[in-house]
Amino acid sequence: MSAIEPLVLGIETSCDETGIGIVRGRTLLSNAIASSMDEHARYGGVVPEVAARAHLEELQPAIERALAEARVRLEDLDAVAVTSGPGLAGALMVGIGAAKGLAVSLGKPLYAVNHLVGHIAADILTPDSEPLEYPTIALLVSGGHTSLLHVRDLTTDVELLGETMDDAAGEAFDKVARILGLPYPGGPEIDRAALDGDPAAIRFPRGLSRASDLEKHRYDFSFSGLKTAVARWIERAEAAGEPVPVADVAASFREAVVDVLVTKALAACADRGVPRLLLGGGVIANRRLRELTLERAAAAGVTVRIPPLSLCTDNGAMIAVLAAELISSGRPASTLAFGADSTLPVTEIQVAAAGRAAESAVAGIG
Amino acid sequence: MILGVDTSLGTAVGLIGRDGRTLVEVANAEPLGHAEVIGALMEQVLASVGDERIDHVAAGMGPGPFTGLRIGIAAARAFALGRGIPVVAVPSHHAAALAFYEQEAPAQPFAILTDARRRESAVTVYEGLDVDGIPHVVVDTVLVPRAEIDRRLGALRRIEVASLSAAALARVARRALAAGRTLAGSEPLYLRAPDARVPAAPKRVGL
Ligand SMILES: [Zn+2]
Repeated sequence: MSAIEPLVLGIETSCDETGIGIVRGRTLLSNAIASSMDEHARYGGVVPEVAARAHLEELQPAIERALAEARVRLEDLDAVAVTSGPGLAGALMVGIGAAKGLAVSLGKPLYAVNHLVGHIAADILTPDSEPLEYPTIALLVSGGHTSLLHVRDLTTDVELLGETMDDAAGEAFDKVARILGLPYPGGPEIDRAALDGDPAAIRFPRGLSRASDLEKHRYDFSFSGLKTAVARWIERAEAAGEPVPVADVAASFREAVVDVLVTKALAACADRGVPRLLLGGGVIANRRLRELTLERAAAAGVTVRIPPLSLCTDNGAMIAVLAAELISSGRPASTLAFGADSTLPVTEIQVAAAGRAAESAVAGIG
Repeated sequence: MILGVDTSLGTAVGLIGRDGRTLVEVANAEPLGHAEVIGALMEQVLASVGDERIDHVAAGMGPGPFTGLRIGIAAARAFALGRGIPVVAVPSHHAAALAFYEQEAPAQPFAILTDARRRESAVTVYEGLDVDGIPHVVVDTVLVPRAEIDRRLGALRRIEVASLSAAALARVARRALAAGRTLAGSEPLYLRAPDARVPAAPKRVGL
């Protein structure tokens, strides 16, 4: 195999997007995504079983689309890559089954990689960008995760600084949207509702931001208290017979989320002496988050990198390029014995062999 | 040659030759761990193949616990895609029925029972083989609470199955191909809707 610019197909099924991406080294050839988001809408959040069923149906057409778009054949691949965690166990297992079947069929090496590190790797594929400089702080925000990382080297050294203790930021958007009677997914709806709102109208709490919290949870997040505060505020207004100022509530809620995300990310940059911040995850689509990050980072002398949205949301290309980097740095393939690990730590950038038996955790589903 | 893959119970992979005979068959009886073992089992089966070409992949479509079931179907489809060959979808109970029939050739109808979790069994009733040599379904697969099985099945012979033969699955596929028949759709035999409730109005948190 060409170790310099390996041709890799990546499979991503950790949440509700079925992602197949193909890269040649650091060049993006295709990025096919099928989302089951619409099927989750009526439930107000991602239903793991619904997501897993959709992955099984979407995988093959997505692989075929990715191959056609990249104008390559499966035989041409140097390796297959797959997300083995973290994520929804039952969803991950569909991708793993497919990846193993494909790798064995083709007789190609298989790389099992970490989803969160994949989000960081997405930056490499950003068109016309200079190579990612290390070290960097990375803030990954989506419906499934909210993590702050210190990345010293993409393939060898990623440290988890903090993560959410309860809801992911994207989940908080979904839940507050529901409280406000807005549809799922909540992010874009809250954004729309907040358009004419005053972000300073209501001072909602910033989770884990008090001095006493910061001692133990300097880089951790919590959004469930914020959600409750919004619900309580609305109930109080309704009880007092006042109309609920949806725009102000939405704008103030969003400001509380974004404020805490940006504050903690920039605190990590300052504490670690790292003047670089990388954003990733679907919530990066939030305009206010990008705005406030750029504004405050500029003031703090921190350079911000934001990959295009199609590479920020879950996708297979980020998984493929992470594997391509691993291959280029001489890492051997994973053995075929790995499984899904819904809580795979970020320090495990590549899973070499058997994970912790994650399937037992979802045994009750069937 | 036809490669059979089934993860409706344990993990089973097998290969049959042109004449339908079992060439190799490997299995892991554990009802969990499909994702961990599927690749190695497929590789093991391939290792015993010479230059002869695999023409089809038979995928066991269940019924079975969903999480495990999907792993085999995903692996079977991806394997077929990698080789550019078709997948033949086969109800997993057909494999159990054929294996039982090959063993005993019972004259009476019989029921294949597999564990469906939640104190239920998945039950399919068969009677002999049809003209194409495929187990003949008398009562299509249903879920029956275990407590009601005696009453519902009465004197019908019960074959409780805890593991499947992937080679038997491939044999059913071979006969379906020969007869030009389709035995299952592309969706697994889930028999249950996803466990999800449409949420009620948000709960009050209290002032
Ligand atoms: Zn993600």
